[in-house]
Amino acid sequence: MKMYGVYRASMNYLVTGLAVLSTIVVIAPLVAILVYLVYKGASSLNLAFFTHIPRPVGEDGGGMANSILGSGVVLALASSLGVPVGIAAGVYLAEFGRGRMLANAIRFTADVLNGVPSIVMGIAIYSLVVMQQKHFSAFAGGLALAIMMVPTITRTTEEMLATVPFAVREAALGLGVPKWRTVISVSLRTASPGIITGCMLAFARVAGETAPLLFTALGNEFWSFKLNEPIAALPLQIYKYATSPYDEWHRLAWAGSLVLIVLIMVSVTLVRIFANRGALKGNS
Amino acid sequence: MPISVPVTVVASTAPESSGPPSVVREFLRARGSGKLADAVFSSVMLVCALSIFAIVLFIASILILRSHLSLVQFGWKFFSRQAWDPVQGDFGALPFIFGTLATSFLALLMAVPLALGVAIFLTELCPKALRAPISFLTEILAAIPSVVYGLWAVFVLVPLMRDSIGPVLYKYLGWTGFFEGSNFGVGLLTASIILAIMVLPIISSLTRDIMTAVPNSQREAVLALGATRWEMIRTGVLRNSRIGIVGAVMLGLGRALGETMAVTMVIGNHPDISKSLFAPGYTLASVIANEFTEATGDLYISALIEIGLALFLVTIVVNAIARLLVWAVTRNAPARVA
Repeated sequence: MKMYGVYRASMNYLVTGLAVLSTIVVIAPLVAILVYLVYKGASSLNLAFFTHIPRPVGEDGGGMANSILGSGVVLALASSLGVPVGIAAGVYLAEFGRGRMLANAIRFTADVLNGVPSIVMGIAIYSLVVMQQKHFSAFAGGLALAIMMVPTITRTTEEMLATVPFAVREAALGLGVPKWRTVISVSLRTASPGIITGCMLAFARVAGETAPLLFTALGNEFWSFKLNEPIAALPLQIYKYATSPYDEWHRLAWAGSLVLIVLIMVSVTLVRIFANRGALKGNS
Repeated sequence: MPISVPVTVVASTAPESSGPPSVVREFLRARGSGKLADAVFSSVMLVCALSIFAIVLFIASILILRSHLSLVQFGWKFFSRQAWDPVQGDFGALPFIFGTLATSFLALLMAVPLALGVAIFLTELCPKALRAPISFLTEILAAIPSVVYGLWAVFVLVPLMRDSIGPVLYKYLGWTGFFEGSNFGVGLLTASIILAIMVLPIISSLTRDIMTAVPNSQREAVLALGATRWEMIRTGVLRNSRIGIVGAVMLGLGRALGETMAVTMVIGNHPDISKSLFAPGYTLASVIANEFTEATGDLYISALIEIGLALFLVTIVVNAIARLLVWAVTRNAPARVA
């Protein structure tokens, strides 16, 4: 009996130790990646990186200014398409469809769509837009990313609206405000910090997407401003440079990754602070 | 907006207010004013919500349409044939299916015990002060773009596998046949490791949510019977959340199956089926990424789109099952942001 007690106690310590160890093992690669990224990337960041377009192989210098601009264009396009649709769908689920079978089906579909690989979105948009138009375009890239943003935004919008108490809506309705006004000025307004969080998370997620852009935006070595032409994007350029055999390009890939990570981490962190401060707390 | 002031007051003083809409509300809504505007507004919202169905249907139909050529030419045999010869126009997806399954399986093998360990640590053992920073760190891990993981893997993990880890594995485990042949650093094993790092945060954060949903009375009951902490976790927590944990693992699997860029950069990209984990491989996603823009000929493109279609259907099924399992467990838990 005593032996069994020793076994139980040591098992307890063993598992506790393993849990701590696995946490360390998980945190380690993250720290390794971030440290290595800063170490390799920071030394390659300079003014030229942000102001110049890439030089041909063999020439020193050059930067990724056109990729940064291109990423901005594609992401702006994706957000302007994806955010309104995503929020509207979330509003339907929370305000109009609560408890209905249709809403449950839509919610489930959104969750499943969230897990569809991004490369599938890429070839779908390729098949629809690029094959029709016979050329790659910034517009196609934006569309592919927009489709990826919709389900994420829909689900967070719905969850945030669900935390707005009914009494708040009834207060507005009681004053004779029509339903649509109530949704816009009361429900959406009250839940806005959470909804903005959802949009930023969706944005951060697609900002680093490469696969769907491979066959839609394609990439471009020069400045590109037109929406129906191939356009450069930061993740695409990182991929191209990382898989190239040239040291100069590797250097640019590290710098580009650092810029991308900083952008994503800043937006995620800002969002966390923002959401924790602004959200409606208490009863929900 | 004059309404915004009473809004906060009401919100903080009416704790019982969240529930089904009341009679008052229905009455007010039925009162003519703004009825047309309401109808228009709600139908616009409905159309946007239906667009989610439309997206899924559109992806499925366009992929079926564009892969028609290959579907007709090869039929079901497409998925059991090993040929991949663009010059001859002879295509089969078996090497890619093998590569996808092998890397995903190995990645889960590495990630699941670690993810469980992290989740147990975070929910049951971790001091309160450490909980938030560690959760935040794992969330950052999930936010790093795939291509950056790939870059890191190419320049750090691949040399490490080639020069240090690979030779050791060969020396001690070479006899099993899994660690044989020339070791270039790129291959199935390297791809699996990077995949494991990438799916870990997803599995661990979901598992954590599921374990948090287990009521505390459950833990207290087991502890009151004189269990050690591990026995409490095993019988009180893990046993209650096992369905949800399976769901979380399947969501991780869905992610691993479709992961593209990082895998493409380190798997070696060669359609081989080999027992050795050092050997280069190819996955469904990476063959599309690599060959799609260079594909010439309708049949070649069609075959690649059929691979995309297969990937789409498989991930839809895996995710659907996983979601149902996770929902079954966390249905009554409070909402939280992504």
